[in-house]
Amino acid sequence: MIGRALIHVPASAKHGEVIEIKALISHVMETGYRIGITGQPIPRDIINDFVCTYNGEEVFRAKFYPAVAANPFMSFYTVATESGTIAMSWTDQHGETQVQTAPITVG
Amino acid sequence: MRRMDRNRPSRRKVLQAAGAVAGTGALALLPLRSARATPETMRDAVHAAIGEATVQKGKVKLDLPPLVENGNSVPCTVTVQSPMTATDYVKAIHIFNEKNPQPNVISVKLGPRAGQAKFSTRIRLADTQTVTAIAEMSDGSCWSDDIYVIVTLAACVEEPKP
Repeated sequence: MIGRALIHVPASAKHGEVIEIKALISHVMETGYRIGITGQPIPRDIINDFVCTYNGEEVFRAKFYPAVAANPFMSFYTVATESGTIAMSWTDQHGETQVQTAPITVG
Repeated sequence: MRRMDRNRPSRRKVLQAAGAVAGTGALALLPLRSARATPETMRDAVHAAIGEATVQKGKVKLDLPPLVENGNSVPCTVTVQSPMTATDYVKAIHIFNEKNPQPNVISVKLGPRAGQAKFSTRIRLADTQTVTAIAEMSDGSCWSDDIYVIVTLAACVEEPKP
């Protein structure tokens, strides 16, 4: 199950400025390689895809494998081109998606 | 003397306990050993990600602490030297390892809109090993950096909390 997401996007930026975006989401990222207390392997449960779009255009995408730590954190960059919305979405292996958006003013 | 004798576990109990511990230990290790990545599977994973391209050293900087106390969450940053213009940019960055159960760690796709070819995340490391970052450029060339990391507490193998 995907938990709460926390994103950080600067509220305003100059045109053409390279801005840092940070995203954190609460998720177990169970690897599927651990043995539970009953002796049975704990089934895998991971987020596979992370996508960041800027006014609908994809600017960054990541594919996660079980080697990404629990509560995946991502920090990356993009160029502030225009005012609008930066959206981030996480999709887990069951197809469940969580979207978080932040507005940005470019002047 | 008498009280000490009463508290001491019998020889039979000690042997039973030892057997149980050895049994569960073997059970826990078996699937892990068979599912472990090797330098060969890592090579296959690299091949699957970037194809036939030859990988050159340089342009990429992989930042990981050289001594990791907890392999469950290791901060990791990759920086690639690139102007990130419409004609010369980084297409993708992949991170691989050679001793986790799977050779892939993370693959990111980016483009000229990124402005700077750099990202950070947190990864898991199951053992002391070499971690490799490979960057694919828009002209098709591939550049890499690797770092040898010593891990004192490994990820993946610990028992979950009841």
